[in-house]
Amino acid sequence: MASLTTANAVLAPAKRDPAWSGRVFWTLAGLVLLWPMLVLTEFKPWVLLEPGSLKPTLKFAGDFFPPKIETEFLLLVAKETWRTVAIATTGIALALVLAVPLALLSVRVLSVSALAGRMGLLPSVLRTATRWVMILLRSVPELIWALVFVRVVGLGPTAGVIAIALTYGGMLGKVYAEILESGEGHATHSLLRNGSSRMQAFFYALLPQNAAELTSYTVYRWECAIRSSAVLGFVGAGGLGQQMDASMKMFNGSEVATMLIVFMALVWLADKASAWLRKELG
Amino acid sequence: MDITLNTVSARHPAAAASALPAMRGVTLHVASGEHVAVIGPSGAGKTTLLHTVACALRPTAGSLQLGGRVPWALSAGDLQVLRGQLFLAPQVPPLPPRQRVITAVLAGRLPQQSLVASLRSLFYPTGIPLADAALARFDLSEKLFERVDRLSGGERQRVGLARALVSDAKLLLVDEPLSALDPSRSLQAIQTLTQAAREKGATLVATLHHVDMALQHFGRIIGMRSGEIAFDLPATQVTKQVLHGLYAQHLHELTGPAPDASDSPAAVALPAVMHCR
Repeated sequence: MASLTTANAVLAPAKRDPAWSGRVFWTLAGLVLLWPMLVLTEFKPWVLLEPGSLKPTLKFAGDFFPPKIETEFLLLVAKETWRTVAIATTGIALALVLAVPLALLSVRVLSVSALAGRMGLLPSVLRTATRWVMILLRSVPELIWALVFVRVVGLGPTAGVIAIALTYGGMLGKVYAEILESGEGHATHSLLRNGSSRMQAFFYALLPQNAAELTSYTVYRWECAIRSSAVLGFVGAGGLGQQMDASMKMFNGSEVATMLIVFMALVWLADKASAWLRKELG
Repeated sequence: MDITLNTVSARHPAAAASALPAMRGVTLHVASGEHVAVIGPSGAGKTTLLHTVACALRPTAGSLQLGGRVPWALSAGDLQVLRGQLFLAPQVPPLPPRQRVITAVLAGRLPQQSLVASLRSLFYPTGIPLADAALARFDLSEKLFERVDRLSGGERQRVGLARALVSDAKLLLVDEPLSALDPSRSLQAIQTLTQAAREKGATLVATLHHVDMALQHFGRIIGMRSGEIAFDLPATQVTKQVLHGLYAQHLHELTGPAPDASDSPAAVALPAVMHCR
């Protein structure tokens, strides 16, 4: 037996993984590409620990303690929190109005012409065009949309709502389409093959198959919209963000801290809601 | 609905263009209301034949006629209407795991329903007696409101067949309806299918691995081998010799259980979802 193995080894050298050289190449190429980016971003983490920069940082952070808990201020925070939640929720709701039709138009699993071979030219052009619309919507940061609409509708939550609706419409549409395409298409294709319409196939096969994923992503995006509305508040779009901007300008760290705690609570809430919804739908 | 195939060849869209078509030069006529079983070793092109007749695959050569119409000459809308008159039951039951059995069964009548009616039925099922009756024929009445992923493989396959019973199709194309069923359930399933086809006056074409079942319950047997029709005979004329000729080199398949549903080329891998998190 041993002699047989040796004989084999002499005749044919041990097999080697043919993918190895490619793996080494791409690892090295990745590192070489990363290096100039680190230089470009002036990535020098040791600066953080120099005494000259450490002291002001600690002072800024120290201002946050203790958080302000006066009743009058808490009432104001509660009101602005409610406004923030309203901005995020209305923004997401309007984004859905945009995203759902866009996702349905662009998703390839619902193509009837692709059932037997290649997708037709017209449907394929339409799907690509829809993807472009979504790219356009989400490539403009919500901050820019907000600055545009603050000029159109004036200072206040409306600008924030429209900004979130436009950017998130593009984002949700893209990810919805990807979620719908990533799953198993068997059930959907079977319905289409048996003569169902696209929307019927969507409601009877594609949606039940992906409902949990879609819901959890939507809740996650709602959470992002809460954070986003904070940033938008800095340009005058209302809500907690605007309040935070005012407190920052007054160097009132304890007020900022209270509002940050509220943000944490909101994110925690979104997390719980998502977990619960996933469990119910999964 | 009658079927006419004239020297039809077809291949899976994902198959290499240089590969030999999975089905080559098949000429065939099936009269309206006829019951036909297609048998043959795995990889013989049975599923490709079924998919071609179901307008799920476009022939690469030859002509296909269904009920006197050429499906691939129709407009996209008319083709979809024609597809609504046929029912293709794939070997793996196409049921979303989280769906309830009632919804999965009632999906069989979607082509005859408007979108509004089908949405209303999602809100409150409008065909409970219809679905219940279809399931009862497969002894699955008590599973009516269960979720699909709580069912066994055999139960899922029978739910898939119950969907065929609910549809209004004039042509039933059933791919390996018995692959997950034990012998007594197989008998029940095949009897129910043939009886339902008779009641509807529908043409029935089924691919089967159980040769005995095919010979007992179908009047006409088509034997396929390497993408071509090896024989097309009344069941009474299918002798042991004929069968041995068909399954030469695959004799174990003549007696053994049906193989897995892995005849068709593996689907193209889908790109991973890139969530911007």
